[in-house]
Amino acid sequence: MPKSTPNIKQFVTDFGWPRIIIFFFLALLFAAAPFVGVRMDASISDVFNRFGQNGLFVLALVPMIQSGCGLNFGLSIGIIAGLIGSTLSVQLGLIGFGGFFGAVALALPFAVLFGWVYGKLLNKVKGEEMTIAMYVGFAGVMFMCIMWLVLPYTSPTMVWGYAGKGLRTTITVEGFYRQVLNEFLAIRIGPNFVFPTGMLLFDGLCAYLLWLFMRTKTGTAMTAVGSNPDYARASGISVDRMRTTSVIISTVLGAVGIVVFQQSYGFIQLYTAPLAMPFAAVAAILIGGASVNKASMVNVLVGAFLFQGLLTMTPSVINSALHTDISEVVRLIVSNGIIIYALTRKTKVAK
Amino acid sequence: MGQQGPILSVEHVSKEFYGNVVLNDVCFELKAGEILGLVGENGAGKTTLMRILFGMPVIAETGGYKGRICLDGQEVRFSSPFDALDSGIGMVHQEFSLIPGFTTTENIVLNRESMRPSILNDVFGDRMSVLDRPDMRKRAEAAIAKLGVKLDPDLLISEMPVGHKQFTEIAREITRTKTRILVLDEPTAVLTESEAEVLLAALRNIAKLGIAIIFISHRLREVVDVADRVVVLRDGLAIKDLPVAGVSVRDIASWMVGRTVAADAVAGGEGREFGDELLKVEGLWVDMPGETVRDVSFSVRKGEILGFGGLAGQGKLGIPNGIMGLYPAGGSVGLRGKGVPLDSPRAALEAGMAFVSEDRRGVGLLLDESLDWNIAFTAMQVQGAYLRPILGGLFKIRDEAGMRKLTEEYVGALDIKCTSPKQKAKELSGGNQQKICLAKAFAVKPDLLFVSEPTRGIDVGAKKLVLDTLHRYNREYGTTIVMVSSELEELRAICDRIAIVDEGRIAGILPPTAELPEFGLLMSGLAARNAREAVNA
Ligand SMILES: Nc1ncnc2c1ncn2[C@@H]1O[C@H](COP(=O)(O)OP(=O)(O)OP(=O)(O)O)[C@@H](O)[C@H]1O
Ligand SMILES: [Mg+2]
Repeated sequence: MPKSTPNIKQFVTDFGWPRIIIFFFLALLFAAAPFVGVRMDASISDVFNRFGQNGLFVLALVPMIQSGCGLNFGLSIGIIAGLIGSTLSVQLGLIGFGGFFGAVALALPFAVLFGWVYGKLLNKVKGEEMTIAMYVGFAGVMFMCIMWLVLPYTSPTMVWGYAGKGLRTTITVEGFYRQVLNEFLAIRIGPNFVFPTGMLLFDGLCAYLLWLFMRTKTGTAMTAVGSNPDYARASGISVDRMRTTSVIISTVLGAVGIVVFQQSYGFIQLYTAPLAMPFAAVAAILIGGASVNKASMVNVLVGAFLFQGLLTMTPSVINSALHTDISEVVRLIVSNGIIIYALTRKTKVAK
Repeated sequence: MGQQGPILSVEHVSKEFYGNVVLNDVCFELKAGEILGLVGENGAGKTTLMRILFGMPVIAETGGYKGRICLDGQEVRFSSPFDALDSGIGMVHQEFSLIPGFTTTENIVLNRESMRPSILNDVFGDRMSVLDRPDMRKRAEAAIAKLGVKLDPDLLISEMPVGHKQFTEIAREITRTKTRILVLDEPTAVLTESEAEVLLAALRNIAKLGIAIIFISHRLREVVDVADRVVVLRDGLAIKDLPVAGVSVRDIASWMVGRTVAADAVAGGEGREFGDELLKVEGLWVDMPGETVRDVSFSVRKGEILGFGGLAGQGKLGIPNGIMGLYPAGGSVGLRGKGVPLDSPRAALEAGMAFVSEDRRGVGLLLDESLDWNIAFTAMQVQGAYLRPILGGLFKIRDEAGMRKLTEEYVGALDIKCTSPKQKAKELSGGNQQKICLAKAFAVKPDLLFVSEPTRGIDVGAKKLVLDTLHRYNREYGTTIVMVSSELEELRAICDRIAIVDEGRIAGILPPTAELPEFGLLMSGLAARNAREAVNA
């Protein structure tokens, strides 16, 4: 029996047509780039950069998927915790690595607390987690819109100049912790290519820690809870506690993720900015081949890379070709299209 | 009947799952009104063959099949079970396919509900008809009556004992007016012998109406009793196809396994000496739907094997489920004189008890995970086994090599048919899944092991293996065992004492050597009623 055909077939079914199509589309965009005047080295540098910026958000979805809480559409809760940490860090005037790790450290207690409450809430709505998560995310963001105005921040970098209070919508972290990770051991080739070594190392470290965690006793129990809660309960596991733990971890990763994002992007974005971020992360992990109840590190890696690649290349190539700016439209179509596609396939994956 | 052609013929059907050949050139025919017994060891390919016949999507997803299936001489290739239903094939699956939140009636007439036109019909057409509930109920009751059983038409499936679920499924299939071929995959596995009798009688009646039946069972006695013809599958080959007349259970068993089978299982109750009292249960009540336990007290001594028998729905299954903390329960349970809290599976496990649930797909298995996870998980969580330190002892992570070794050990010991320890549990045949559940419980090396329906759905050879294994663990490691089973025969084979549960109470405890009628008397509740009358008189 010829052994190779089933193997290729097996590979295709495992890897999935959507991923293969997107991969070829991406390759096509890269091939087309030079012809419409988009610089190759700048594009690749851009892809790495965005991959590193957004990678942790995608990673943050893994624990909740594994524990059966579904896709964390309420990742904004974690992002808010991160925003509180980063604004506090700026308020305290921490700079450099101190500023970055200060922001992370200040964000952690909030992330754990928010995650705990959010987790308790999700335990009350088993079966509807994703819908409720989305509402929780929206509500949290809206609540914080008020809080950013009334909290007693005083740092002149952050408050509105004319009123002397209330935080601005975008706050620069220039002079605080801008690019501290990106510049760490960064590799430059020519004027347009920078490899953000530090940031990718930091992402890698987070991924490694999560990978390890999922292999511990608790991590194994978490996966079992997602796989069959009744089985887990009969083996002496507290299903609710495992689910709450997964939500806390997800929220913490979201908080760390936004600080990483800020140091690379250069700004703290407040108010409604966190709203869209969960959707991009969800789209990425789904492109990466995760389902609503199973996700692996490979899904994160492949998904974040393909999705960010697509987001970088599609607008720049299409804009240059058409001479109009439709990047935002393309981004919305791609990410929401993927989410819909993946959710309609949900039942099939689950059985 | 004799001269007409077959309504179903299976011609040279072969099937493989990723290179693993499961059916190999299987051929047989089925005539109207005929009952065909299909038998074979666990994993012989019975369910797979029926899935092909019924157009189940898993078959197409895993690469389709070779060969032809003909109905009335016409080749058919169903792409979904709906096509099969339309062609008059009804199927009762090995695993239930009922809607838990619906009542008996609703499940029986599902998709074929009786409709009554409403005013909205004039405007919106047929879709606005309303359900004709009284008529639905009447049809459901008729079907239930045809089976000759007692079922409450208004009970929710989720609150029913398994036996009733099984009858509901069968009732659903026979209310379809078009049904010409009825496939029953181990319909009696969850029934007690007396319930199975009722079902077999119902099948004979259905066959008289001209419906052809394919009947799969590991209880070979039933096959011999009810079938006209028997087809034996062994490792995917149909090795025998002959009329049942003149064939004995022993013959079939030896064809199935390819060697002669020892007739009797291990003998139990040779009047052994036991240690001190290990488990003491007093005034136990358990609120398990369909298996309510009202007031049960008993004690088990170290090294003993205690059996619980009784009819389905009387509460025998509730006892281990309550003690292990899976359903709300009350009363007092003491292990070695120490109280065990009743609402915590963890406390029960940590105290040294383990449980093999009767609900293997529901609570017994992680269907989407690999076999080594399934077997090692409980031991890992409760005892911290199969973990290894890394980063200088900072963390402990799964010891994959250890889990693999453990799994291979049990695959050998229990003769589990699988491709590797990394195979997903859902890909195993029903009987092999049952063995995984047993392995999981053995892996925690309990002092007291509860096993619920341990041989449900497993073949004769494997049944002996499982009973022998229980027996061996009991003798070699001194594991005390409480076994709950619908099959009196297997209780009598290995138990030292057998308690019969009736209406949520223990009706009496007998030695395994007691006469059959004595057990029957206790099960029927007559003994209790007589006693009550004696008191009243
Ligand atoms: N989806 C699947 N993927 C891979 N292998 C499978 C799948 N389904 C079944 N098999 C394999 O096919 C073989 C036959 O399984 P099948 O369920 O037909 O057995 P069976 O005769 O019904 O056994 P049992 O009496 O235990 O129910 C088994 O070895 C099983 O592991
Ligand atoms: Mg089967």
